[in-house]
Parts: sequence; C-alpha cells; structure tokens
Amino acid sequence: MTLRSVPPALLIGAALSSVFVLLALISFAWTPHPVDGVTIANRLQPFSPTHPLGTDQLGRDILSMLMVGAQTSIAVALIAVGIGVALGVPLGLAAAANRGSLLDEVIMRGNDLIFAFPSLVIAILITARYGPSATNAILAIGIFNIPVFARVARGGALPIWTLDYILAARTAGKGKIRISAEHIFPNITNLLIVQATIQFSLGILAEAALSYVGLGAQPPIPSWGRMLAEAQTMIYTHPMLAVLPGLAIVLMVLGLNLMGDGLRDALDPRLRRAR
Amino acid sequence: MLRYILIRALSLGLSLIVASIVIFAVIEVIPGDPASFMLGLNATDENLAALRADLGLDGSKIDRYFAWIGGMVTGDFGTSYTYRVPVSDLVLDRIWVSLPLALFALTLSTLIAFPIGIIAAARRGTAADFSIMGATQLGIAIPNFWFAMLLVLVFAVSLQWFSAGGFPGWDDPLAALKSLLLPAIALALPQASILARVMRSALLETLDQDYIRTARAKGLTQGQAIRRHALRNAMIPVLTIIGLQFSFLLAGAIIIENVFFLPGLGRLIFQGITQRDLVVVESVTMLLVFAVILVTFLVDITYALVDPRLRRK
Repeated sequence: MTLRSVPPALLIGAALSSVFVLLALISFAWTPHPVDGVTIANRLQPFSPTHPLGTDQLGRDILSMLMVGAQTSIAVALIAVGIGVALGVPLGLAAAANRGSLLDEVIMRGNDLIFAFPSLVIAILITARYGPSATNAILAIGIFNIPVFARVARGGALPIWTLDYILAARTAGKGKIRISAEHIFPNITNLLIVQATIQFSLGILAEAALSYVGLGAQPPIPSWGRMLAEAQTMIYTHPMLAVLPGLAIVLMVLGLNLMGDGLRDALDPRLRRAR
Repeated sequence: MLRYILIRALSLGLSLIVASIVIFAVIEVIPGDPASFMLGLNATDENLAALRADLGLDGSKIDRYFAWIGGMVTGDFGTSYTYRVPVSDLVLDRIWVSLPLALFALTLSTLIAFPIGIIAAARRGTAADFSIMGATQLGIAIPNFWFAMLLVLVFAVSLQWFSAGGFPGWDDPLAALKSLLLPAIALALPQASILARVMRSALLETLDQDYIRTARAKGLTQGQAIRRHALRNAMIPVLTIIGLQFSFLLAGAIIIENVFFLPGLGRLIFQGITQRDLVVVESVTMLLVFAVILVTFLVDITYALVDPRLRRK
C-alpha cells in the first residue's frame, strides 16, 4: 500500500493520538514543572512563557498536569483493552470452534446480557464498593471489554471455519486449538486491531467519567477527569481550567476514532471499493 | 408470535436473575463485611452488631439474597441507613427527575439525528455529507459531562439565560423543563451523533437496493424514493440504536445529574456511595438495570410486531 492510498482519516487520527502518546512518554522523564509541587503563591496564573497553559488553584503547571494525566488515561484504557483481548479473544475463538455447543450458547447469551447492562453503572458500583483507584477503574472497564472482543473474535472466526484450507488442516490432523491459533487467529487480527482502537477510545472516555466523579485514579496522580471535576467550582472565574483537560480528552478520543475508521478502510479492501 | 414473546420473556427473567446475582455479589459477597464498610473507622463493636442485625447480615448469604429479591419484587427496597426512610420513597421522589431527563434527551437526540442523517445520506459524497460526518465524529469524542460544563459556561455564566443547576420541581412545569434543557442537550449530543451515523449508513444501504432503482426508474425523485420506500426500511437498525441509547441515557444521566445538581437517581446513587449507604446503592442500581433490561425487551417485542421476519429467529 502506497502512502497515497492511506485513508486521510488514518493519517490525521494516528498523528493526533501519537502526539498524546508522545507527551505521556516524555512526561515519564521530564515535565516543564513538577506535578506534585504545590506552590500557592503561583496559583491560578494565566498563560505565560513559564507556564504555557497557566497554573491551577494549587499553583501546579497545567501543561505538566495534562502530560502526566495522559499517562493515566492511556495506561488505564490500554490495560483495559489488554484484559479484553487476553480473555475475550480465546473465549470467542473457542465459541467459534465449537459452534452450537453449550459453550458457544453460554458465551453468546452471556454477551447479550452484558450488552444490556448499563456498563457505567456497574463500573461505578465496582469502584464504589472496592474503593476508588486506577486499578479498580481498569478492572471495571476491562470486564466490559471481554464480551466485546469475544463477539468480534467469534464473528470473524465463523466464516473462516467454512473455508477449504481449514478442512485441509483438519484432514492433516490438526486439532481445534491448533487450527484456531495457527489459521484462524492470524486471519482475524485486522478485525481485532480495529476493535481495539475503538475500545481504547471508549476506555479513555470511561476513565475520564470515572475519575470525574472521583472513582478513578486518586490524588496526587493527575488525571484529566479529576482536573475537570476540580475546575468545576472555579468555572465562573477561571473557565480555562475546565476547558483545557476536556479539550485533551476530545482530541485524544477523536484521534483514536479517526484512526479506527481509517484502519478499517485500509485493512478491509471490500470497503475501499465502496468509497 | 406468542411463542416469540414467551422466549423473550424467559430471557428477560434470566437476565434479571443474573443481574441481581452480580449486583448482590459485588456489594455483599466478595471480601469485606458490608457493616464495617458502612460504618468506616468509627465502628464500635456494639454499632457493628446492631447494624448487622439491622441489615440481616447474621443470616446466611443465600437467605439474604432471597430476602433482598423478595423485597424488591414486592416494592420493599430496604431502608436507607443514612436517611432512615424506605429506599422506595427516595426512589419515588427522584425518578421524576431522571426519567423525564432521559426521555427529554432521547427526544432531542432523535430530532437532531434524523434530519442530519437523512441529509448526509441523500447528499452522499458532497460537502454537506462531509461536514455532517465530521461534526458527528467530534460529537462522539466529546465527553457529555464536559459538554455540560461548556454549556454552563456559555449559557449560565456568560449569557445568563439559564441557572447553572438545581431543579425547581414540577409545580411549575415550564421552569422544570427549562432546568432540564441544558442537561438534556448535554446528554443528547453524543447520542445524536451516533444515531445520525447509523441513520446515514442504514439509509445508504437501502438506497442501494433494487426496489429503489425500480422506484427511480418509474420516475420518482430521490427525495420521493427516500420518503416512500427507503426510510421505512432503514428504520430497523435505527430503532435498535434508539432502544440501546435509552440505557446509555439513564447511565449517562447519573453523571450529568451531578454536573447540574439535579436531585435524580444518579445523585441518589452518589450520595449513597459517599455516605456508604450500601442499601441505597444496591437497590437503586438494581432498579436502573431492571429499567434498562425491560426497555431492551420491549424494543425486541415491538420489532417482532413491526417486522414479521424477526419472529422466526
């Protein structure tokens, strides 16, 4: 595929998301100012060369907070996607390999059930009962990724099972597990990558929502959602404090969504024709 | 048809049972004693013992589960530990904020999504289509609670057309609706974006069908073909999404109610969480899940009535 044929959405999306990933990575080694330093004398500064995006009510540098906040968002969403892939994909593959079996039935019914659940409510319930923390936020978001990936893996695997080369592999004596691992899985990675991008962006939104209501990462770990919550009381006097973290969330999520759309078009030649 | 309804009803019942077990397990079974969680650090032994007796924690977990479910079925949702009133009273007070809010948002979302989705599909590939799709991408990426804050910033702080939060009650219906307008817009925006995209792609799919070509060949304009033939057939996926959105709206309302300080079920859950009032949290969560599952069931049944093809599944 030449650069020309890369969908523009993919380029824009990948560029947007990489900016945030890069900022998050840089913040491990360096931030313009320390984020745990509370200097009340410096509080609520406007934009300036020393503080490009100003400071908050505790005198912390907003740019530095946003950079470290990106770490939290990305880490939570990424691990939650990891949980979904690690547990969901094998379940989906197993269901497809044993189509119509009790296992398949249970997995798919369980899926329907979880889709009918208001996931945010359950995530709130879990974090509220086991204590708010980044770890519990990851678990609460990750659990709902499992059925999503199981469904995608099963849906992608079913048509492949009917193909001739699978029959050939079975005739050669390969078992279901080996066929799933060697022939089915490599053929559904495109689908999984696209879905992972979508779940990643949903995870960022969910993490922001949980930490906005105080059920995500706890102080002093900076997070975009909590920055918004803290800014809310000062929205009358310092609206920028509420605008900037939200903008970060929107751009990151927008980047991932565009990337997902672009990837789907780039990886699926059948869709390219339709455009 | 009756058979279909029966099967769906069976699955509804099963969903509710599983949901209740999950909620009960999260709250009461896995590590930690609810009584000591609720009382926190100030717990004395007598207090703990009294609360355990109050909550019926002395019985076995299975007994407690059935007592809880039995209560829920008969309308007894338990007694709030902090307010000392039946949870059902609290719920009845607040449902008249949450339910209208979700319905209001659903109406707005539909009213916005239908026209723009149809325009995008009818003008496929034009600048109008491109800008609508771009705008919906943005709409999906915006967290609704942040959009809510921006609305407050513009309409309550700068323009001062609305108050920034609170709810005056239904004695004055106009004032009540006005106080729900900004929250409903905040809730509706991301949902409208999703719905518009679904509307567009469903319509594009039906516009590719042979019967549309036949209709055009008979001399119908594109607009007439959409109105008379395509729209009705594109409605199935659109209705599915509208049904699903109700669940997102109820759950999303939990957070939006906190932005606007609306005394709804969402605020009730959060107050329950901060006050460690597990009885309130448990029963209200179950109620929300029940509402969502029930709506999904009703949507399924409605389809089967509308589209006979679905009954055979």
